[in-house]
Amino acid sequence: MGNVKLGVYICHCGININSTVDVEKLTQFAATLPHVTIAKNYIYLCSDPGQELIKKDIKELGLNRIVVASCSPRMHEMTFRKVLRNAGLNPYCLEIANIREHCSWVHEDKAKATQKARGLLAASVAKAGLLEPLEEKEVDVIPSALVIGGGIAGIQAALEIADKGFKVYLVEKEPSIGGHMMQLDKTFPTLDCSACILTPKMSDVGNHPNIEMHTYSEVTDVKGYVGNFKVTIKKKPRYIVEDKCNACGTCVAYCPVEMPDEFNLNLSKTKCLYIPFPQAVPARFVINPAYCRYTLRRECKQCEPVCKDLKAIDLKQKEKFIEVDVGTIVVATGFDTFDPRLKPELGYGLYPNVITGLEFERLSSASGPTLGDIMIDGKKPKDVVFVQCVGSRDKSIGNEYCSRVCCMYTAKQAHLVRDKIPDARITAFYIDVRAFGKGFEEFYDRVKEEGIMYRRGNVSEVFKRGDKLIVRAEDTLLGQPVEVEADLVVLAVGMVPRADSPAIAKLLKLSQSTDKFFYEAHPKLRPMDTASDGIFLAGCCQGPKDIPDTVAQACGAASRACTPLAQGKVKTEALVSFADERTCRGCELCVEVCPYEAIELKTVERDGHLLQIAAVNEVICKGCGQCVAACLCGAMQQKSFTDEQMLAVIAALGERYE
Amino acid sequence: MSSETDRLAHIERKPLYPCIQCGKCTGGCPISVVSPHFNIRKLLYDTLNSEGENIAYEKETLWDCSTCMTCVKRCPKNIKHTDMIISMRSVLVEDGHLPPKIRDVLKSISVRGNPWGIGQEKRSEWAQGLNIKGIADAEILYYVGCTPAFDSRLQKVAIALATVLTKAGINFGTLGNDEVCCGNEIRRMGDIWSFDALKEMNLEMFKQFPIKQIITTSPHCYNTFKNEYPELTVDVKHYTQVVSELIKKKKLKFSKKLEKTVTYHDPCFLGRQNQIYDEPRAILQSIPGIKFVELDRARERSLCCEGGGGRMWIEAHEAKERTATIRVQDALERGAEILATACPFCILTLEDAVKSTGVEDRIKVCDIMELVTQVME
Repeated sequence: MGNVKLGVYICHCGININSTVDVEKLTQFAATLPHVTIAKNYIYLCSDPGQELIKKDIKELGLNRIVVASCSPRMHEMTFRKVLRNAGLNPYCLEIANIREHCSWVHEDKAKATQKARGLLAASVAKAGLLEPLEEKEVDVIPSALVIGGGIAGIQAALEIADKGFKVYLVEKEPSIGGHMMQLDKTFPTLDCSACILTPKMSDVGNHPNIEMHTYSEVTDVKGYVGNFKVTIKKKPRYIVEDKCNACGTCVAYCPVEMPDEFNLNLSKTKCLYIPFPQAVPARFVINPAYCRYTLRRECKQCEPVCKDLKAIDLKQKEKFIEVDVGTIVVATGFDTFDPRLKPELGYGLYPNVITGLEFERLSSASGPTLGDIMIDGKKPKDVVFVQCVGSRDKSIGNEYCSRVCCMYTAKQAHLVRDKIPDARITAFYIDVRAFGKGFEEFYDRVKEEGIMYRRGNVSEVFKRGDKLIVRAEDTLLGQPVEVEADLVVLAVGMVPRADSPAIAKLLKLSQSTDKFFYEAHPKLRPMDTASDGIFLAGCCQGPKDIPDTVAQACGAASRACTPLAQGKVKTEALVSFADERTCRGCELCVEVCPYEAIELKTVERDGHLLQIAAVNEVICKGCGQCVAACLCGAMQQKSFTDEQMLAVIAALGERYE
Repeated sequence: MSSETDRLAHIERKPLYPCIQCGKCTGGCPISVVSPHFNIRKLLYDTLNSEGENIAYEKETLWDCSTCMTCVKRCPKNIKHTDMIISMRSVLVEDGHLPPKIRDVLKSISVRGNPWGIGQEKRSEWAQGLNIKGIADAEILYYVGCTPAFDSRLQKVAIALATVLTKAGINFGTLGNDEVCCGNEIRRMGDIWSFDALKEMNLEMFKQFPIKQIITTSPHCYNTFKNEYPELTVDVKHYTQVVSELIKKKKLKFSKKLEKTVTYHDPCFLGRQNQIYDEPRAILQSIPGIKFVELDRARERSLCCEGGGGRMWIEAHEAKERTATIRVQDALERGAEILATACPFCILTLEDAVKSTGVEDRIKVCDIMELVTQVME
């Protein structure tokens, strides 16, 4: 090993460690351990003076291995590695003994906790004595990004990255970008027309020289690592030639097949040759193969000859796969609305005049199925009841979280009803009114001043009496149940993670939080990062939020995604695995289990025979250790976690310390 | 009154803290439809704001609850209101501070093993002439239940079910006069000690025979065996599950027609509490000639008839009407001639409502089995 000069630094962490573990006794104990040149304790090692203390000792005492006994390495391993680097020592000559999360925070008995801390410290010292300096390599970063999802989050992120001068591939599942925001009528609290504020951004995306848009497309495979992702995109066939169609719409009249209009939430019909909405970007038509008589049965073909000049209809079109290389990825896949059929007591699906908040947006929208008039069964409702918290804050159906937008969108929708039906009787049943954002409380006040009655009670049931609906709840402020007649009941459905979230999570190795939205790296400090380097989250796929918060997060995610792109290089993992050339049997089990495809095969000669053995690509390897666990003969080892080092840890833990 | 220190009954407040007082419970409570005084949300809040067990004495409306569990099923914080009701009632049971009718029922249980005050030796009189085996000679236990065994109206249902099971060749037997109450209502009335005793007796008895399956007449017996007898490993079924299966497998032959408009009332302990909605409907819709119509408030929204939780023996506090009356009205509005159901308590309360509103000439209350036997050959 050579001349090991080890410094031990024990942190009090204020009273977090010091009130349970006796740091003075621990320091005295540390000085007795093998190779320990110096042992000190300090109140907050992560602070500037704490870091200086270590740096000074390294320089003055020539220390070449450092053990820090403190909080979890997840907190400050990076911090102390930087200290070593700044002191001129290889940053991987550091070992951290977790005497906080693993000791002082989980035990109460001081004597026993201190004894345990001795064991943990001895183990770290034993390992540190066997550590080798390691190398961090650098790789080039491909100066482009992928944005998955073309709603407001994806659009904003794409524009931000593109404006910074990097190439963006924007992939959207639907035939047009725009997402749910396009389906909204007016937005709170400004009452801006949603489509009017969104379409300029959509247009910018379509015209931006740095954005390559792939609509009606899906990401089917992602390989690689930060700086070097290989992405496969499936382009679904539109049966329309994109660069020929000019969206004149002449063909539509000739299509005989109608289908439910998904954009209008199946409240109306459209042809199976359609454009999702008039402001679509790209402004191109598309044919739905689930309805088209040609794709189903090779019949009809009435549309093709109509487009005789441009020849933009190609019923023989096939799906295409393309591969793109990017440096970073932003996930902006959005949300679904809660299906209120899961709350059968509210009568959705049973009564046609019980609708969801999103369906209300389509009714209220000038481009919707009723051209902006609030109509049910051809009649304007006189009694409108809004029901808040449908599918949110509800353990009984497994959605414990608050969906954040529903209180405000209900207030907005109540206002729209007042605007369009001045003499309507409008009631909103609530548990709370969460008007937390800028201008929100003021908006809520204004809405109430318009004569909208807010009644506190969680609606329990909707049923029929004659030809009116009855909404039954307890008005808890009155202390008794009330029954309100309604012609129209609007359920403020919450946001839920998209049904295809698990598939996207699998594709990108994303985790899901307990609420099943995508898991951020740290909810407070890294809300747009994920556990995978180079992959970022923007918008509602990470959790329910409104448009201002979505835009803010998208800008943040874009900025994060541009950091590696701007630097042009990323450092690779130093704690990589390596295969012993003498003992590897070439069984390829490690190749099979590696999630990053980082293990290649190389040919070696052994006793006159040629053999293919494992060779770890140190640039791709992320140090997860799966290959080490899989290796049957122990040839695969991980740097800083070798068998020799780990056995020393185990031996040290097995000793008795008084 | 027991001293506070060595009391057995205890009101557990910890599970009540998550309540946000949203009112969903009271909003859906069937009792609140007819009684102005019973407010489960307020009861919960008052309980949280009190200490000790005296609060049980302060709530006269405590006996109104039918333990239908609409509140529990809809609560966004998964609070178990009925557990609170039962624990409060148990305080009064422990002290013997009970409405006379409840006291009589609990006494009858201790003395006769059934709530109806009738001698145990009469328990199998309903089966006279039917040649029903004892369980010792069979592998499926038909657990009759106290009400179908003793009540003259419900005995018709027990007879109908036994007849159908026999015709289908099911190898079943009963416990005869040894059968005792399952304890479902007893526990809900707060007598958690008699419930434990009944459970022990039943488990001991069941152990003596190689029972493969238990079929119950009542959803209440089904509920307690299925959910409150964790030591019971035998498969428990309500008769609708068994009979619908027999019909699916074509083991029953219907040779006659019943040309009536029929609707179905979902019993709380079968539907809402145990999710058995489709099997009863499958049976009804397989009866030749029937025109089946759904009530508006069907399935999870079925309006409780006020038969459970001890309500068979006590009226709601100053109630202005009964939910059973509303239910009969609902059925008439749908044009039904028969209001079918699958629970002994529902039969009694609904039939009572038919009689008290004088509509016997327009609608009849029948158990599903009574309709099945009408069309069987």
